[in-house]
Amino acid sequence: MKYQAVIGLEVHAQLLTNSKIFCGCSTHFGAAPNSQTCPVCLGFPGALPVLNKKVVEYAIRAGLATNCGIAQRSIFARKNYFYPDLPKGYQISQFELPICIGGHLDIEVEREVKRVGITRIHMEEDAGKLVHGDVPGLGSGSGVDLNRACTPLLEIVSEPDMRSADEAVAYLKKLHQIVVYLGICDGNMEEGSFRCDANVSVMPIGSDKFGTRTETKNVNSFRFVKQAIEYEIERQIEVIEDGGRIIQETRLFDPDSGTTRSMRGKEEAHDYRYFPDPDLVPLVISDDWVEDVRLSLPELPDLKRERYVRELGLSAYDAEVLTAGRELGDYFEACVALHPQAKTVANWVMGEVTRVLNEENHSITDCPVTPVLLAALLKLVENGTISGKIAKTVFDEMWKTEKDPARIVEEKGLVQVSDTGEIEKIIDEIMAANPGQVEEYRGGKEKVFGFFVGQVMRASKGKANPGVVNDILLKKLKG
Amino acid sequence: MELYELTINELHEKLKKREVSSVEATQACLDRIGAVESKVHAFITVTPEEALKGATEADQRIASGDMDILTGIPIALKDIYLTKGILTTCASRILANFIPPYDATSWLKLKERGAVLLGKLNQDEFAMGSSTESSHFGPTRNPWDLERIPGGSSGGSAAAIAARQATVTLGTDTGGSIRQPASHCGCVGLKPTYGRVSRYGVIAYASSLDQVGPVTRDVTDCAIMLGAVAGYDPADSTSVNLPVPDYTKALVSDVKGMKIGLPKECFIAGLDPDVQKAMDDAIATYKGLGAQFVEISLPTLDYAVAAYYLIATAEASSNLARYDGVRFGHRTETAQGLIDMFSKSRDEGFGVEVKRRIMLGTYALSSGYYDAYYLKAQKVRTLIMHDFIRALENVDAILTPVAPTAAFKIGEKINDPLQMYLSDIFTIPVNLAGTCGMSVPAGFSSEGLPIGLQLVGRPFGEETIIRAAYTFEQATEWHKRKADI
Repeated sequence: MKYQAVIGLEVHAQLLTNSKIFCGCSTHFGAAPNSQTCPVCLGFPGALPVLNKKVVEYAIRAGLATNCGIAQRSIFARKNYFYPDLPKGYQISQFELPICIGGHLDIEVEREVKRVGITRIHMEEDAGKLVHGDVPGLGSGSGVDLNRACTPLLEIVSEPDMRSADEAVAYLKKLHQIVVYLGICDGNMEEGSFRCDANVSVMPIGSDKFGTRTETKNVNSFRFVKQAIEYEIERQIEVIEDGGRIIQETRLFDPDSGTTRSMRGKEEAHDYRYFPDPDLVPLVISDDWVEDVRLSLPELPDLKRERYVRELGLSAYDAEVLTAGRELGDYFEACVALHPQAKTVANWVMGEVTRVLNEENHSITDCPVTPVLLAALLKLVENGTISGKIAKTVFDEMWKTEKDPARIVEEKGLVQVSDTGEIEKIIDEIMAANPGQVEEYRGGKEKVFGFFVGQVMRASKGKANPGVVNDILLKKLKG
Repeated sequence: MELYELTINELHEKLKKREVSSVEATQACLDRIGAVESKVHAFITVTPEEALKGATEADQRIASGDMDILTGIPIALKDIYLTKGILTTCASRILANFIPPYDATSWLKLKERGAVLLGKLNQDEFAMGSSTESSHFGPTRNPWDLERIPGGSSGGSAAAIAARQATVTLGTDTGGSIRQPASHCGCVGLKPTYGRVSRYGVIAYASSLDQVGPVTRDVTDCAIMLGAVAGYDPADSTSVNLPVPDYTKALVSDVKGMKIGLPKECFIAGLDPDVQKAMDDAIATYKGLGAQFVEISLPTLDYAVAAYYLIATAEASSNLARYDGVRFGHRTETAQGLIDMFSKSRDEGFGVEVKRRIMLGTYALSSGYYDAYYLKAQKVRTLIMHDFIRALENVDAILTPVAPTAAFKIGEKINDPLQMYLSDIFTIPVNLAGTCGMSVPAGFSSEGLPIGLQLVGRPFGEETIIRAAYTFEQATEWHKRKADI
């Protein structure tokens, strides 16, 4: 019997707001333990939550970008459980009436487009974290750091529409790209700003009845998601083949071994006793607000990629690379606006710019060669002031000095020599110095042409205009 | 009249004319507390140093001409209000060592106007009770009869007024916790409309029902205090952004043409005869003043107590989850591991009634029971709300007793929770409806115990019931009697 996997993902995306979801404390990462707290996020008696409007706006953004409906009225609910990192003894989340419902994303796996449904997106607060071992000020033991408590999260729940680990990863990457594009999440999986729980089950191929699912937590990279799901599919098939039954349970992924292990079963599952939070009034969102947010949305990667191909004439591959991150696309477009040679700009951005960024471990947003400077450089190539080869030298110099390319060309004397008299003089000298090679060429060995070009370029320190060199050389050699 | 017996208005006049200083008035209250507190036990914490410091500052303000009606007035707060740097226990062992890092909004408003804090008042633990017997620090006694309860949960707030220990106090009201003790102690007590006053910094019992309000010697003080604490607070999402009227403008002695509803469900045969008589007399008084009475019906009233004890306990079970021994308050000394620390800290920290309500509320929210209990109770609540709104479309106010009897004896109902719960039968529906209600002295029982009448107004219609209460007060002498202590 062959099996079919059924996969749904629950993604938690930490939002890039400056302050927490229900209080004014900073969300900045990495501050001293408990330094970014107040009576509200510490769960002190008498403290009350006040909803951060920015969080709602970000949730609407996410909903619109994933084709969800935005609920005109949604409700915050309390999820009750005890844990030391949960100050109030409950998490404020949304339950019955979330802010976004019924969306989808289209993914492409092996050239096939597939639609993955999004059940819901809701807002909630994060918990704090426990610090074990060497706790500053406590010696050895366990401490609670509540800086992260009350930071805003979106939980994005997919339908169980994926059928392979590859599909799950494609969906996750797509979602990741979108939240980063929207500027609502930094997407940092290592720091946990974008984390994923995978619900996996298997059923016999052809069956329409899903098997019992497990939920695997703690998968914090795309690679681990693939590993965890593949392991879990295999494990479940093995259990069934051996005549066993899958238990509905929560499992933990161990990145060291690439396996999952049982965390807690359904018997131990919490009864969270969800109920509407009486401290927060129902959230009412006007159509106008939704429209305002819709108008403020950036162009999303799918549309941008299509536009690059359709309007700028880029190859599908180039369009894909340039739209992978929003900033790279922004840089590219800023440059094209000043120098409307999309293909040339694309080659430079994907070539020199990306190369140096990687070498220097820089991000495109703080690239010292701004789009204005790059466009100026490409203009110099276009109008023949410098050759493409010299341009690379100038680019390296621009990176170091952030100077205008024209100034660098002038200061370093890199202006291309197109004066035919001057070039003829060089060629004459070289032909005189290499009579043997001249004979070879004239004897039909045309490969020697390259040797002469190289000599001329060397003699001119690379400044000779290659086109002019070619023309004159050809004329003179043919004699 | 002694300084500690004055109303806000009377003391304000003396302060303004420099006949007395705030320090003198405050000292008079502190001396009075010293003299009667061993009998009454209205306070959990008395703060003489802070009080005299506050009074000195108030006197400086008065001297500099920066004076407000509340400047220099000695007040006391139910121990449910967070007071920065001052012990705040909510009458629970679990908070017996809790020093808050911030002030409740309502207290802050009073403090900024120069009110002087005498101390923190006794109450039922976490405001759960109708007698102030569930306090971890022992019961408060009714100044009218020390064998009796002062009512609750704001028993200390009412007893302190009746025993003349403070000029004015604040209580909180979730199911009658201001009005019932005010009635039992012969004071004026007001539960404002839900959302009228910020709950920020007030320890939550049942968030959708809790409301801040004053306990005072007369209706005038009540109007002054409501105006002082009411208003939108950005820190409380459930506070309502409506302008705060000058409630003292409603102190008009005139009810001619006012239409008052009498719910037939509240005036049933078998009502305590003393209470019945007080109500009959009050109705006669009002009629004499030109008010009209109509019988109304609130058919869902029978279900109010049951709905209340599901909704309030459900919210409480979640609100009280934060008392886990991790960040503040009592932590057990004998924990073995995490879960043990949670359960032992809570077991040692909470009293019997609090535990009963946490369990009741946890059950009502549990998977499989939610629909039958919590959700059903919410539906009942909606019906009760509609009953009141509909009734108040046709009448200006509703009149009922505050409590079915005058104050009962200490120990009488403490072991019979159901009987205890029923003592709030006339006040609970007002909280469920979310509207405003007021307790006004309206007579005495054959045993000489105060009996109050309740006036219920439209949502944000406090001015109407204040006017009705003021008119009644002008025509009667009940509020002038003093407990013999």
